[in-house]
Amino acid sequence: MHIVVCIKQVPDTKIIKINPKTNTLDRRSAPAILNPYDAHAVQEAVNIKKELGKGHISVISMGPPPATDIIKKSVEIGADEGYLITDRAFAGADTLATSYALSKGLEKIAKARPIDMIICGKQAIDGDTGQVGPGIARRLDIPPVTNVLEVLEVNEKERTVLVKRKTSGGYEIVQAELPCLLTVEKEVNEIEYAPLPNMIKAARYEPVIWTVNDFEGVDRTKLGLKGSPTVVGKMFTPPRPEGGKKLEGTADEQVKQVIDIMLERKELFFVK
Amino acid sequence: MKSAMPEKFDVIVVGAGPAGTACAYTCAKNGLKVLQIERGEYPGSKNVMGGVLYRKQLEEIIPEFWKEAPLERPIVEQNFWLMDKNSVVKFGYKGLEWGEEPYNNFTVLRAKFDQWFAQKAVEQGSLLINETVVKECIVENGKVVGVRTDRPDGDVYADVVVLADGVNSLLAKQLGFRKELRPDEVALAVMEVINLPKEKINDRFNVNDNQGCTIEIFGDSTKGNLGTAFIYTNKDSINIGVGTTLSSMIKSKMKPYDLLDQLKNHPMVSPLLEGGESAEYLAHLIPEGGYNSVPKVVGNGVVVVGDAAQLVNAIHREGSNMAMASGRMAAEAIIKAKERNDFSEAGLSSYRDALYESFIIKDLQKYKDAAHTFEENPQYFQYYLPMLNKAMSEFFTVDGVPKKDKQKEMMKMLTGEKGKLNVIKDIYRAWKAVK
Repeated sequence: MHIVVCIKQVPDTKIIKINPKTNTLDRRSAPAILNPYDAHAVQEAVNIKKELGKGHISVISMGPPPATDIIKKSVEIGADEGYLITDRAFAGADTLATSYALSKGLEKIAKARPIDMIICGKQAIDGDTGQVGPGIARRLDIPPVTNVLEVLEVNEKERTVLVKRKTSGGYEIVQAELPCLLTVEKEVNEIEYAPLPNMIKAARYEPVIWTVNDFEGVDRTKLGLKGSPTVVGKMFTPPRPEGGKKLEGTADEQVKQVIDIMLERKELFFVK
Repeated sequence: MKSAMPEKFDVIVVGAGPAGTACAYTCAKNGLKVLQIERGEYPGSKNVMGGVLYRKQLEEIIPEFWKEAPLERPIVEQNFWLMDKNSVVKFGYKGLEWGEEPYNNFTVLRAKFDQWFAQKAVEQGSLLINETVVKECIVENGKVVGVRTDRPDGDVYADVVVLADGVNSLLAKQLGFRKELRPDEVALAVMEVINLPKEKINDRFNVNDNQGCTIEIFGDSTKGNLGTAFIYTNKDSINIGVGTTLSSMIKSKMKPYDLLDQLKNHPMVSPLLEGGESAEYLAHLIPEGGYNSVPKVVGNGVVVVGDAAQLVNAIHREGSNMAMASGRMAAEAIIKAKERNDFSEAGLSSYRDALYESFIIKDLQKYKDAAHTFEENPQYFQYYLPMLNKAMSEFFTVDGVPKKDKQKEMMKMLTGEKGKLNVIKDIYRAWKAVK
């Protein structure tokens, strides 16, 4: 079983600051980390490999050279090897160009070792689009299974995977044929404290670096800024929500006040 | 899961501060197989110092490091402030020779500097792993043979383990090299990094872009406790902090953060900080026991360096330089031991010899009674300092009193209630403590 995990280096949005003039993220104000959803994706690959007793885990990322850090981080979690696509030609890519570039990288990996499953985080915490995973699946013509809460069974013989996926109202159990692409929620697993030999391996590990010249027959017009039709019209920081009204008085008085407010604001009951 | 035979290294360095990294760097550069283990998220994430980095000892490890290290400003001006409630007596030295190569010292931000330094060791071939806590040394037949980390399959072996795990070295304690620290052997320092535009710093401290300034403050900054406060200029921030011995804090029932708050609001200090934005708040123990607190530093298969060996000269605010020098000396001893394949206490003893022959132990020995003297005799901070302020005020005030009478008045102020004899005694005692 060869599992490939797509990972992204993102600024830690818990602490990032926003440039008040341009409304863009001030990327220098926060450390770059492995996108948390992707960390769960790597961990899930490790869990599947453990469950099956064998397998091979590769990770692939597109980004600037410092993104080798997140490949090393993935090796700590348990990945066997990692690839970084890095070249000025890829810079400025939106989700369309990114999924094209990654699918080219995945095709190259698959040539050396056929891929049985691709796992992505459900979205990156900096862009929050969740489009790259399905975009890759579409280009590779394999089924995308998004929002996975739990991988229930990987059947190597039947070449199927059974998962529980989140829906807007609850969850559903879905079976897909291999190869397929899963995007995972955080609930899919707990990140384990990495064993020391993995840490030592990661400290030594040198990821494989690919530039645009490593891809044959790549359509350069589909890469980077040129291949990105997304236009950012305007960016703004949403105003902070104001605190709610606090009701005072005895419990009975407070209940009465709540009912009055609810009756007054009929939209709560979808009454126009 | 099956686990392979744990790996063996020549050297395991526990901790990625200045001492550990100096040791890892020197060992790796000389071809030894080194593993450095850091508990923080990255080197420097848990390390704290006021912010003065001395050139000499790092230069001995990485020549001309200032050309690439993330330094803040070369220091061209160093000041002492003797501060009372509404006044201060200042003296200091500013010299432009310090603003040119090879420089004297620099201000640094440890979170940046330690990462850079550790990366230099990695470039020499040392393996660095972060977020990993060493729980204990693995001891076999009276010899340290490796360490046990808190990770699964967490044992790893080496010929020599270097304890660079900081002031409260639990590993040195586990091996019986030292006792629990006493409150009078450690200072607790708290500090803040306050962001301030470069132009404001330059104006307020009368420096250029590439000139730094330090101020060490005695007296009201510690509310009479034994300790000092400091203000250092970075590129576009200021480090301000205060440290006093734990014992005097306990005695005076003062909290370190209250001291820092009072300092920031002191009328002599607050104008320097006005409009600044607090960026970081840090606190750390500093080993200030000096010579008498230095533990056993060499054992079978193990050496102790830096803060873990209590190598800090509190009087001269030197610590990181001693840490680096001790790390380098330990590495040199390990390299010699490797040539002879003898990692016993005797085989590694050249580290101890080098340490005791160097400025490190000589300086600690010189000041071994200083802290004790000042702690036992609070009159220096509580009596003489305010008196000196009053005397200086008298000296500069033009009020029609003849200068001769003024001088008499000033002498009277300084000797005052204590009488001349006691003052002479106090001066002699202070001199003896630091001579």
